[in-house]
Amino acid sequence: MSGQAAISIGALSAGFGRTTAIRGVTLDVPPRSVTAIIGPSGCGKSTLLRCLNRMHELGEGAWASGSVRIGGADVYAPGEDPVELRRRVGMVFQRPNPFPTLSIFDNVAAGPRLTGRRADLETVVEGSLRRAALWDEVKDRLRASALALSGGQQQRLCIARALAVDPQVLLMDEPASALDPIATARIEELLHELRADLTVVVVTHSMQQAARISDQTAFLYMGELVEYAPTQALFTNPRVRRTEDYITGKFG
Amino acid sequence: MRRRLADRTFTLACGLAVAVALVPLASLLWLLLARGLPVLGWGFLTGLPKPVGEAGGGIGNGLLGSALILALASALGLPVGIGAGLYLAEAGERPLAKAVRFVAEVLGGVPSIVLGLAVYALLVRPMHRFSALAGAVALALVMLPTLARATEEALRLVPRDLREASLALGASEWRSGLLVVARTAAGGIATGVCLALARAAGETAPLLFTALGNQFWNLRPDQPTASLPVQIFTYAISPYPDWQRQAWGAALVLLLLVGLLNLIARFATRSRLGAGAAR
Repeated sequence: MSGQAAISIGALSAGFGRTTAIRGVTLDVPPRSVTAIIGPSGCGKSTLLRCLNRMHELGEGAWASGSVRIGGADVYAPGEDPVELRRRVGMVFQRPNPFPTLSIFDNVAAGPRLTGRRADLETVVEGSLRRAALWDEVKDRLRASALALSGGQQQRLCIARALAVDPQVLLMDEPASALDPIATARIEELLHELRADLTVVVVTHSMQQAARISDQTAFLYMGELVEYAPTQALFTNPRVRRTEDYITGKFG
Repeated sequence: MRRRLADRTFTLACGLAVAVALVPLASLLWLLLARGLPVLGWGFLTGLPKPVGEAGGGIGNGLLGSALILALASALGLPVGIGAGLYLAEAGERPLAKAVRFVAEVLGGVPSIVLGLAVYALLVRPMHRFSALAGAVALALVMLPTLARATEEALRLVPRDLREASLALGASEWRSGLLVVARTAAGGIATGVCLALARAAGETAPLLFTALGNQFWNLRPDQPTASLPVQIFTYAISPYPDWQRQAWGAALVLLLLVGLLNLIARFATRSRLGAGAAR
């Protein structure tokens, strides 16, 4: 299976200092699909996600062991450049974080500019905004401040910004948890469309959301991968007792 | 009943304290305006000092000299001060950063006349001359702690989110620092620059035995150079009524300039906050 997987995680452990956040996680993510990671607060969902583009190591005292293969190569192999990796693996954060001093256009153009690709910026920006389903709402005010947008629009702007560097993988850390239900629905719709040519991994604490948007779901508990299965199977017929307890609301 | 009495008493006491604090400020402004305004005029702002006994004369060379010294001090102090602030914000709690922060604090606490003395010993003596450059070095030392502190604070106010956003786009650490973080913090840094300039513009003691002063136009950095504060000092302690009147005028000009710099600093802060508030 690892031959065709977009992301192949092998025996990955990670944490900060003496604490361990995730322990021996092994799972394969198929390409062009949406994978949800669920679990109670503090179970290591975000740490797992941040290991995939090596944002985890920016924290104080962070460590990681094991392997993460994205597009074949182990991103933790010596000599692998995290900066280059992050251009292939985009990320959207929990809270919308557009650059406050930049216009809508410049926010989307920031990635290509920062990475030195300046040719044809207009096309790239328009294409990215279209993919993020934001173009029609902002095409007449591309020069306006990014802060003039609503929270949901800001989050879609952040998605457009991540898409502008043309990543193969998009990581999303609870991308809708700071948004109202309508904005959340738009983001979820968007995920459906992005799956056509992107591998999406999304952390969520909403089981309903995971059930709605994902092709497969990983349930993490206390840093360990408890169950990983096609979403429908995991929610209708969990194989592990603890998964069942969690999705039926017995704890969490 | 007792509660209400206590409440009234404290309100009254606070109001009184405010009034007492405002009295010196108001009387100072009044005095400066009353004695300084009659002296002001185009000739006063652009003219050279005249010998004692001759009517007229101005502070043009002092204004120009102050501008020259401040420009030189900025050229020396801004890169170092802002650079140190950048380092402090990035380095956090490393031992070297703690040491730098401590040194900056100590430097900020050193009386400015001592800074002047140090520059006198290190620069004026070996060069065998007073110069605008020596004055600029002394003022740069005055500006450094303010600049480093303001830059560090401004950078720390930039949310972690933004730094992560730019890193997640595949920007290297230093490009993130420079393009995204510094840009977001630019307003705060500009405020720090204005405050540091305002403080340096009013300093007299470090200039007394570094730039010294002179009676002529001068733009050469290796020559003794007049400055507004030193001119005020010289005129004010002179026994001539005409010079003393001019000291009031020069003091008013200096106050207006420093006030203007402070206003610009306030404005820079406000526009930064305005941009930061989500609508």
